[in-house]
Amino acid sequence: MREITYAEAIREALREEMKRDERVYIIGEDVGRFGGCFGVTKGLWEEFGDDRVKDTPISETAIIGSSVGAAATGMRPVAEIMFCDFMGVAMDEITNQAAKMRYMFGGKVKLPMVIRTPVGGGLCAAAQHSQSLEAWFTHLPGLKVVMPSTPYDAKGLLKASIRDDNPVIFLEHKMLYGVKGTVPEEEYVIPLGVADVKREGRDVTIIATSLMVYKSLEAAKLLEKEGISVEVVDPRTLYPLDEEKIINSVKKTHRAIVVHEAVERNGFGGEIVAIIMEKAFEYLDAPVKRVCGKNTPIPFSPPLERFVIPQVEDIVNAVKSLL
Amino acid sequence: MGEEKLWLDMYISMVRIRKFEEKVVELFAQGKIPGFVHSYIGEEAVAVGACSALEPTDYITSTHRGHGHLIAKGGDLKYMMAELYGKKTGYCKGKGGSMHIADVDLGILGANGIVGAGLPIATGAALSSYLQRNGRVALCFFSDGASNRGTFHESLNMASIWKLPVVFLCENNMYGISMPQRKGMAVEDIADRAAAYGIPGVVVDGNDVIAVYEAVKEAVTRARAGGGPTLIEAKTARWRGHFEGDPQIYRTPEEIEDWKKKCPIMRFQEKLIKMGILDEAKIREIESMIAREVEEAVRFAEESPYPEPEEALEDVYA
Repeated sequence: MREITYAEAIREALREEMKRDERVYIIGEDVGRFGGCFGVTKGLWEEFGDDRVKDTPISETAIIGSSVGAAATGMRPVAEIMFCDFMGVAMDEITNQAAKMRYMFGGKVKLPMVIRTPVGGGLCAAAQHSQSLEAWFTHLPGLKVVMPSTPYDAKGLLKASIRDDNPVIFLEHKMLYGVKGTVPEEEYVIPLGVADVKREGRDVTIIATSLMVYKSLEAAKLLEKEGISVEVVDPRTLYPLDEEKIINSVKKTHRAIVVHEAVERNGFGGEIVAIIMEKAFEYLDAPVKRVCGKNTPIPFSPPLERFVIPQVEDIVNAVKSLL
Repeated sequence: MGEEKLWLDMYISMVRIRKFEEKVVELFAQGKIPGFVHSYIGEEAVAVGACSALEPTDYITSTHRGHGHLIAKGGDLKYMMAELYGKKTGYCKGKGGSMHIADVDLGILGANGIVGAGLPIATGAALSSYLQRNGRVALCFFSDGASNRGTFHESLNMASIWKLPVVFLCENNMYGISMPQRKGMAVEDIADRAAAYGIPGVVVDGNDVIAVYEAVKEAVTRARAGGGPTLIEAKTARWRGHFEGDPQIYRTPEEIEDWKKKCPIMRFQEKLIKMGILDEAKIREIESMIAREVEEAVRFAEESPYPEPEEALEDVYA
């Protein structure tokens, strides 16, 4: 099967959905001729024109706020926020408008809109361009939150997100844009709310998101050489969350580690740990562990940045500590 | 529609808002309406003048002080009152309340509890109209207070560069809760800010319903023809506090009395009497008709059931 990058997979999903449904349009900063700051929308402006690929002034509030208004009146906007860190600029539009409009109106409106935005460190982009803020969004009933790791998942999940009638926060990891993976030529959609077991194992379950899926798989390979069998579960969507697949895995391995890049304190990992405690406590042979970002802003200098983001060796050590 | 019929309908709509709001104030004082209530009394000419210049398929976004806008856009008093009571039969099944009433079928994209939040939403509705080439215009009601928010700048800028079919209608009632406009901004006319976006800015007497109507009509015509947005500032005043229960230590009773002398309904009534469109008998007929509508709305609200508690779990997702 052919291999394409994560960025290409996302672009394919955008192109296919824009061809399929003329209500779908892209809106964001530098998404037009420039092709987006990470090149994700490259070529789409040439193909679809000004109306379908809308380049905006630096106006995150109006990008998201206008998407709410357009979605409520029959369009299906796909907004790009250049860095997840900038979501704060539009946080009222996300928190008080997009997430709540349907509910406040007694279910009488649909808001089919997607906000795509890159998360994560690794580029020495420092504290305002490197955060993983998924927990902000999973804390808001009314939003769906998608966090794909592979090109295959990114494409199928973005197509499902665009077709969904709810606001979806679609979090892409900037270090994954160039990562290749197999993606079939033929069309497919991955439903939201279905986790994927990226590697089967017997001894420990790692629940990892986004880039940490790769680091966990690397750790699993190293541990295999020492006779330790690790299962890696990627929830893929944080809401809706496939609790069943996580719980079933923990019931099988009796040990669990949650790995994410976001800071540990009040991170989404805490939610997964709580679900495991509530639904699989009696199956556990050891306390559930978290391997997460340190509780600091993301620092600039390479050794500092590397230190605060979970690395393969941190995951390996955590697994060993449970056995 | 002949002008006479239009003026009469506008008068009736203003009376409907006034009587509805007077009843709401009374019911709130009796403890029958929970939550917050922001009365629209005194500003009726703005909502009615503006909405009368719109087609039924056009959109509005409203504010926390939204009852008048919703009634002027065709909102049903029964469902509004039931929503204010928190009843299952209300516009939002009791989930929204006063600050979140909406009827998307009537083009009402919601009252809004966040000051200035309607500006980008109206801009998006106008973008939607433009992309769908459906000829609809979006009209955004907002306040002097909201014009100081970032949403104002981003929305007017975006709408102006794309020449979107939107009308930004600032109801300048001169106070953001206690903050007088003159202390909150260094300009006297908010309409002056239009110059920053290269769009027309118009000041209008917000207590003169025909002046509001004509200014909005011109803006709507321009918007529909692809001429882009207009900023209209309607100067008016709320007669009551920011919310029911506001002690109003920031303004004098005389100031309110002066505004009452400029009552938009009385002014319009006098005009219509002079024009021969209204007379004493007709006025009484209209008042009793509206009184019946309001009573019926109250009865409907009071007789309606509350939602079942578990209904709180519904409508989070489509």
